[in-house]
Amino acid sequence: MGTWDWQVFLQDTGGGQTYLEWMMSAWGWTLSVSVLALFVALITGSLMGILRTTPSKTLALIGNAWTELFRNVPLLVQIFVWYHVIPSIFLPLRSVPSFILVVFALGFFTSARISEQVRAGIQSLPRGQRYAGLAMGLTLPQTYRYVLLPMAFRIVIPPLTSESMNIIKNSSVAFAVSIAELTMFAMQAQEETSRGIEVYLAVTALYFVSAFAINRIALFVERRVQVPGMIGGGK
Amino acid sequence: MLANLDFGYLNWAVIQTFILKGLFFSVQLTLVAMMGGIVLGTLLALMRLSGKNWLVMPAAVYVNTMRSVPLVMVILWFFLLIPGGFYTAVAGSYGANYRAEISAIVTFTLFEAAYYSEIMRAGIQSVPRGQVYAGYAVGMTYRQTMQLIVLPQAFRNMLPVLLTQTIILFQDTSLVYAIGAYDLLKGFDLTAKNLNRPVESYLLAAVVYFAICFSLSMIVKQLQKKIAIIR
Repeated sequence: MGTWDWQVFLQDTGGGQTYLEWMMSAWGWTLSVSVLALFVALITGSLMGILRTTPSKTLALIGNAWTELFRNVPLLVQIFVWYHVIPSIFLPLRSVPSFILVVFALGFFTSARISEQVRAGIQSLPRGQRYAGLAMGLTLPQTYRYVLLPMAFRIVIPPLTSESMNIIKNSSVAFAVSIAELTMFAMQAQEETSRGIEVYLAVTALYFVSAFAINRIALFVERRVQVPGMIGGGK
Repeated sequence: MLANLDFGYLNWAVIQTFILKGLFFSVQLTLVAMMGGIVLGTLLALMRLSGKNWLVMPAAVYVNTMRSVPLVMVILWFFLLIPGGFYTAVAGSYGANYRAEISAIVTFTLFEAAYYSEIMRAGIQSVPRGQVYAGYAVGMTYRQTMQLIVLPQAFRNMLPVLLTQTIILFQDTSLVYAIGAYDLLKGFDLTAKNLNRPVESYLLAAVVYFAICFSLSMIVKQLQKKIAIIR
């Protein structure tokens, strides 16, 4: 295996930047894909999760179908579908950069998991809360807005945290459609430098750091919004 | 819109050469990694619950490391770290020709063990403590108590979750794309490229994966209902 050679990161890639600089820009891509996809996933996932708990059979069906569809196809296959299939069916999407397509692929894939958690969070609330809201004369949307969702979202923060960390990990799949993110960098830099161990160690460490940072942020949010009197809520 | 799709290129020969070959490996990889992963995972779970620091620490570090790293990275790591000569030495020309496939089987078994171990840990912890005392009271050793009383119950309680994890494992096998192993997705990928039919091939890939995973998850749901009634 030979000895370590961390100098490899100071080498020029041939394009006027060092491997270290290239890796940092790749990290930027990983984080951008992840954060934007998380945004998409939170919005669509929450919406679909809420739909699944409404009394309307049609809305619940839409939410269920969405969840099953995006949960039962591997992420990599979904990325290929977004990249190859959808733009040739919906022609205007041809000019959309692949970065955006990957954000939607990863976002919708994760939205299925988030929808599961949001649904479970809402259903874990006592039935009486919904009835109380409606009995007070709130409309159904108001009951969700003021009674159910503020509680449900606090309950589901821990599973949402692991989903956010999963998004960072899953963004690695974007290499398959040539997004210049960390995994893509690792594969290319390994080929160019033959210093695979150092490159992969560094990239793995960056994934680790990113996921851990998300974990800390989520923990901070969780502490700020915890509900007193609940099991997870402290005093 | 959909009128442009043309699946006429799909004949039995194409399905057999490309797709079934890939499906066979995906299923093989899933089954081996499931069985190996559950055995290793159970061992890891027992280590973590043993209360002995020298057993708890390594198991915890292993599980947490595997769970914090993207699977694609682990697949690449193993492919890179185990030199090609190793495969040739162990399995001759077979090892040289199927390096990616063998490496994938090793990777998935070790990687999934971390996920299965968390499920088994929860399962063991869900068994009432009295069961353990009962085992000791009738004179069983720790090993016997675990093997004959706790693990069978933990396994049965967690069966739906273990199977759900296996469906995820089946989906994840598509990631061996990164090292070029010949799995189901690779089969569709090759039809896309060789026959120049990317739209139809990838769409079909999604449909096939969906059909398999959705039916499996329906079966797990039925099983869950059955187990819930027994309790």
